[in-house]
Amino acid sequence: MRFLEFSVGWYLGCLHSLDPAVGYQNRPWVMMRGQDVVRVSDSGEVILAGTRSVNSQLKRGVRMGKTIAEKILSRKANEDVKAYDLVVAEVDMVMGTDTNGPTAMEYFRKLGKEQVFDPKRIAFALDHLYPCPTAAAANIHHVMREFVSEYGVILFEGGEGIGHQLMVEMGYVLPGELIVATDSHTTTYGAFNSFGTGFGSAEAAVVMATGKSWFRVPGTVRVDFTGEFAPGVVSKDMVLYLLGRFGTRGLLYKALEIGGDAVARLSMAERMTITNMAVEMGAKTAVMDCDQITLQYLEERAKRDFTPVEADDDAVYEERITVDVSDLEPMVALPHSPSNVVPVSEVCGTRVDQVLIGYCTNGRYEDFVAAAKVLNGNKLARRTRLIICPASRAVYQKLVQSGLMELFLSLGAAIASPGCGACAGYHTGILADGEVCLATTNRNFKGRIGNPKADIYLGSPLTAAAAAVAGEIIAPDQLGVNVA
Amino acid sequence: MILKGRARVFGDDVNTDYIIAARHRSQTTDLKDLVQHIMEDIRPGFYESVRPGDIITGGHNFGCGSSREHAPYLLKEAGIGCIVAASFARIFYRNCINLGLPAVICDTAEIAEGDQLKVDLDEGVLYNLTQGWERKTGRLPQIMQKILREGGVLNYISRHGDFEVKGS
Repeated sequence: MRFLEFSVGWYLGCLHSLDPAVGYQNRPWVMMRGQDVVRVSDSGEVILAGTRSVNSQLKRGVRMGKTIAEKILSRKANEDVKAYDLVVAEVDMVMGTDTNGPTAMEYFRKLGKEQVFDPKRIAFALDHLYPCPTAAAANIHHVMREFVSEYGVILFEGGEGIGHQLMVEMGYVLPGELIVATDSHTTTYGAFNSFGTGFGSAEAAVVMATGKSWFRVPGTVRVDFTGEFAPGVVSKDMVLYLLGRFGTRGLLYKALEIGGDAVARLSMAERMTITNMAVEMGAKTAVMDCDQITLQYLEERAKRDFTPVEADDDAVYEERITVDVSDLEPMVALPHSPSNVVPVSEVCGTRVDQVLIGYCTNGRYEDFVAAAKVLNGNKLARRTRLIICPASRAVYQKLVQSGLMELFLSLGAAIASPGCGACAGYHTGILADGEVCLATTNRNFKGRIGNPKADIYLGSPLTAAAAAVAGEIIAPDQLGVNVA
Repeated sequence: MILKGRARVFGDDVNTDYIIAARHRSQTTDLKDLVQHIMEDIRPGFYESVRPGDIITGGHNFGCGSSREHAPYLLKEAGIGCIVAASFARIFYRNCINLGLPAVICDTAEIAEGDQLKVDLDEGVLYNLTQGWERKTGRLPQIMQKILREGGVLNYISRHGDFEVKGS
């Protein structure tokens, strides 16, 4: 569809949302502001298209550049697509966990196909429910193992780790690819310049059968981070800042493209923390550039050849912001929303009963190195428990080999088997009524860690470790340890 | 397709943990057991109060959070006929369509608990029969309409073998 685009002074008329799945369509008689840009399609539809910054980009030339999300979906759909097109695209990989995967398996059987589209591109992870807390969970795993051996697809056994981490560690997530999984935190893969997005079970079954699915190409919001961190600030604080700014629905259905010199300096572990939590802002996916750090990580891991994509200089963004990370403080999200974000300094002194460090948001080796900076030479507060959950067995082994595990054990931490456990509210760390938990995880909804009568705060590994030592929320640089 | 039912009113950001908490999902695989727990953390006793055809109305970002398809599945299983919300979180929205549960985007302000609602999916209109007003609703792209009408994506693929999108 071709669009005529122009900016408006004031417009009074019938306004359609850009994406029928997001806002009200046919919202009649809407007054638009002066900086708004409207598009009129050749069928006469009037659409709110963005702000003046978009307009100025449009004026630069007839050819409009593409964002990373548009380029990946163009490649996978084998056609030239732009934001808001509806496409059928080839999926590079589909992963199912033990919560939504079994239903996908059941649905796949109902489709009556003898084979999956490609067994090397389908993986299942026994991560949420392992080691099994109930007979029901064990039965689920039994059914999954049977399916895996019948169809020859990939299995991440219980205890190997969290599906997302294993997908990355084993080189199944590659730049320029389109990957879906039956888990909302599939956005994590964007740290690898990959379009990762969460899927339901029925559509995952369809991908298993056909290798394809339909997608609406998302519009993109670009965030550039610049500058150097203040002491005690890490990448978790960057994404908490974004959550405070965009809220839980500020990026609904959109792609978040993240770049800037402050991101270029981050390790893959730190980058994954940011893309992991993009879904908490409603984002469909979150993508970063592929650089030397990405390539170095993928060396000797990549399972397939790959071609990275980068955004065009004249890519059209719906919004573009720059954040100077030197302005950031350590942040926490207060109960019961990940967007309920304040600087740690505003809630210092809040009692903490349990600290969780790890999981798919912050369970990589680098995260534990950060936590150890705070914990080393200190003791846990008398009434505060610490649970460590490495994101994978490989991370666990590295913690053992490096001596960090000895530090955590000597402090009295409990070590959880690599998996989703307490973060997803299943087992291994459920809270008592009225208790307060500070977790490095991604969600603090009421009841998330298994008890709706408990409070959950979200923070970085540094902030979490500081709370474990102080027994209350405290800025990590206030403990007298070097956290730079 | 026309749906009628009582309004069951919820607010913004109703997440899928609220719709069905994870803690129950490790206890049983029996959906008949699970369905009793829908919405219990934010509205105890909700399941018992559902009458077949009830229409859930929500504010913005309905179904955010976890991708669990059990959330729309159990609502449908409980007898919910349709969900109308100002906006939906994307995975939940896709799951509804893929399972054949109508999810309609519409301004839900002023709808009161128990109002009699009528949703005309073809015309894209929401009627509040109790309050005597009507509003236009969002309409689905054709591919999603087809999937919904055919009772979900599995039926759709079983019938067509593949997706047809171009030109829709």
